[in-house]
Amino acid sequence: MAIFRVKAKARKGSTDVKMMAKHEMETGQRKGKDGNLIPAKFLDTVTVSHGGKVVFEANLGTAVSKNPYLAFSFEGGAKGENLDIAWTENSGASGTESGDIK
Amino acid sequence: MNRRTVVKAIAASGALMGMGALMPRVALAAWNKDAFSAKDQASAMNALYGGSAEASANVMLKAPAIAENGAVVPLSVSTDLADVESVAIFIENNPTPLAAQFMVPAGTNADFSTRVRMGKTTNVTAVVKAGGNTYSATSEVKVTIGGCGG
Repeated sequence: MAIFRVKAKARKGSTDVKMMAKHEMETGQRKGKDGNLIPAKFLDTVTVSHGGKVVFEANLGTAVSKNPYLAFSFEGGAKGENLDIAWTENSGASGTESGDIK
Repeated sequence: MNRRTVVKAIAASGALMGMGALMPRVALAAWNKDAFSAKDQASAMNALYGGSAEASANVMLKAPAIAENGAVVPLSVSTDLADVESVAIFIENNPTPLAAQFMVPAGTNADFSTRVRMGKTTNVTAVVKAGGNTYSATSEVKVTIGGCGG
């Protein structure tokens, strides 16, 4: 299941990317209804590549908001091309997704 | 549990610990556990960049002066320094100050935006590593509702 929504726009030789993940980013500091701490569960790495080249790499901590929003831009990229997104969670889960450049 | 199993267990755990210590430090870009779990900003910075950073006007940190909701505080960091390797965001009074670290591969602009949580009014520091040196910019964000509560 894709968790990322990606908006990427090519403009004058560079591409602006805005992406948002649907993720709780549980900090491990909140208590649940039963009074026990909810274990931390968050995205720890997000990597975006374009044509096989890494254009964005982030290491995230628990202080990143729920439904993390990430924005960056890189040189190159054209309309219709693909972005490959790879993410990992602190639990060990991981996934890959793709997004289009518009 | 008899003596034999105890001895075996100790030997096994010793071997495991030894392995942990010998594991080569993975690439710099990997998720830095020490830095992300550090409880205060100085040690987080130390773990990530091996020291404190020099304040610089070339690091631009865009943060709201007052955040109504500490759970979602929009931040932008950009810099006009050359040879930028990475950008990190620290939130001083959070339980673990390091919020995020962005790598800057060649061809990517050193300009990132994200949203973070902060528990209370505190200083936000953006640290940029460029050309082997670290530079920072700090700005205070006042929080009226904390972001770490339930």
